[in-house]
This record gives sequence, structure tokens and C-alpha cells, in this order.
Amino acid sequence: MQKNALIHSGHITPLKIYLVVGAALIFLTAVTVAVSFIRLGGWNVVVALIIASIKALLVAFFFMHLIYDNKLYLIVLSAAVAFLAILIILTMFDTMERDRIYPIKAGPINKNAIIYERHTSDSLANPNHSQPTDSSADEVH
Amino acid sequence: MRRGLGNEMNHHIARPEHLAHHFNDTEQQRESAKLGMWIFLLTEILLFGGLFLAYSVYRAWNPDMFYNAHKHLDISLGTLNTVVLISSSVTMALAIRFMQIDKKKHTAAFLLATLILASIFLVVKYFEYAHKFHLGQLPGKYYTYTGIEGTNPHIFFSIYFAMTGLHGIHVIAGMSVITWLLIRTMKGAFSSSYYTPIELAGLYWHLVDMIWIFLFPLLYLIG
Repeated sequence: MQKNALIHSGHITPLKIYLVVGAALIFLTAVTVAVSFIRLGGWNVVVALIIASIKALLVAFFFMHLIYDNKLYLIVLSAAVAFLAILIILTMFDTMERDRIYPIKAGPINKNAIIYERHTSDSLANPNHSQPTDSSADEVH
Repeated sequence: MRRGLGNEMNHHIARPEHLAHHFNDTEQQRESAKLGMWIFLLTEILLFGGLFLAYSVYRAWNPDMFYNAHKHLDISLGTLNTVVLISSSVTMALAIRFMQIDKKKHTAAFLLATLILASIFLVVKYFEYAHKFHLGQLPGKYYTYTGIEGTNPHIFFSIYFAMTGLHGIHVIAGMSVITWLLIRTMKGAFSSSYYTPIELAGLYWHLVDMIWIFLFPLLYLIG
């Protein structure tokens, strides 16, 4: 690519686009707050994450110029999101489904908080030995 | 700087002051700098990713406790801060846009506006934190509040303080960089042919905004 060193080829986004995207982000914020007051059970978090993802994409594509810039930057962002997804999805499979194979049940890990002083006598005295009764098999397999 | 006969022709015409000797032209230098910044942002996403993972695991284990505990966050203050941070992203983007067309006073004004909005964000956050400190809704073993049903309510506040705290540190870091850029802008260090530092700070600031866009519904709007 031959380019004159004096010419800066950065894309200049029209003012209107920034203002429209900003307004869309604030509108979507209002939508996500409104939806949170409707009881949808497990779907609340799904709707909230979809709206948040749309907002994040608007920020990335227009404010961070991904739509105009070298697509290499888009690949870097996608790689971050992909590895984050792998991290969360695989860990969630493990933590939610492990008890199908091993007799393990999730429970309080460490009753270290002061509030437990009122309920149990040994919580603060032995912070390292405070396994709850129903999850005594929490050791790693 | 001008070594070799072959390069003489190309370089003696236009070798801007800001162009480092190991780049062919301004555009290559700018694209390299932005690639470096994006890779840094990748590490930032993975840094916060650990906390998003902790959130996912503990919420999956304690769905009712998360629901009960999140009722103690103030939705109106959270919404206000979301709007403030989105507005600061708009002003940051506009600061860069006006530097692209050499309106340096506009750039300085919009950088200052970004700083003011970021300060408002932190002041609101301070009031939220102070309220929780007062009630004893604190992380881990410092949790003393008794008004939330369900096991381990302190875990919600451990995660709340870890995520918003790390985010707050990023806001402060961003403000420091923007202050430095504001001073350099007023000294005339940038122009439409060189504004890469402002652009990189803008990328960082928008990422901080993006992370808040996810934190807000996950912490304040559970149900």
C-alpha cells in the first residue's frame, strides 16, 4: 500500500452518527431497566444480556470505529470474547453438572462472615474447618 | 535518519516529527499502535472475565440469594451512572472527531466534559459505597447486615465490590490519561495528522463503558 505520509486516512464519522448511537444506547438502557421489572423467570437474565450485547456492539462498531477500521482489530476483540465464552461455558458445565457423576452438592464454602457468628459457634474460631454438613465432599476429584 | 540513497527520495519530502524511524509512514505507525491497544484491551476483557466467571458460578449456586441481595442496590443510581458513562463515551468520541478536523478547542472542551462526567460517575459510586459501608453490606467476613434471606449473602457483596471496584479503578486510570491528554491538547501537541494517543485513550475509555454496560444489568437488574 502506497500512502503519502502526510495524509491521514482515519475515517471521520459524521457528528449525527455519534449522537444517534448515543441516543440509541440511552434508549436501550431505559428498555433494559423497564424489562427488569417484568417477571420472566430465567428469561430476565437472557433478555438483559441480549440488550447489553447490542449496546456493547454499538459501542465497539461506532465509538471504537471497528466498522471503519482494519478488520484485524475485530478479530482481536472476537478472540477475547471467544476465549471468555470458553472459560465461562466449560466452567459452568462442570460446576452445574458435576453431581451427576460425583456425590457433590454446591454449598457454602467458607463460613467466614461475621453473620455466621450468630448461627454457629465455631465459624470464626476455625475458618478453615467450616465445611457445611451437606457438602462434605467438596474436595476436588 | 535519512540513510541510503534509495530512501532519500521518499523521505526527504515528508517525514513528520511524530513518525518514528522504524515505520514507513504515519498510517502504518497508527495502525500498529491501535493493534497494540486492542491486544491490551483483550487482556483487560480476560481480567474482568475472571470476575464475570465468579459471578456466573455463585449466581448459579445461589439464585434466590442473588435475587434477594440485589434488591438492596439502588436501581435509580445505577441507571443514572449508566447514562453518565454512556454520555462520557459520546463526549470522548466527539473529542477525537473534532481533532480529526483540527478543531482543537472543541477537542479540549470535550475531553474536559468526559472528565466531568467521569467524576460524576465516581461521586455517585461513592454515595452507593458509603451507604453499604454504613449498613455493613461488606465483602466476605466484614459482612454484618442481617436483612437478606438466603445462604451466603456476603458473597453477592464480595462480587459486587470486586467488580465495581476494579471497574472504578479503571475509571480513575482513564481519567488520569485523559487529564494528561487534555494538557497536551492545550499545549498543541496534536493535530489532524497526529492524534493517536487520544484515539488509544478513547478505545480504553469505551471498553470501560462496555464493561459497565454488562455490570449494570447483572448486578442491579437481576429480576
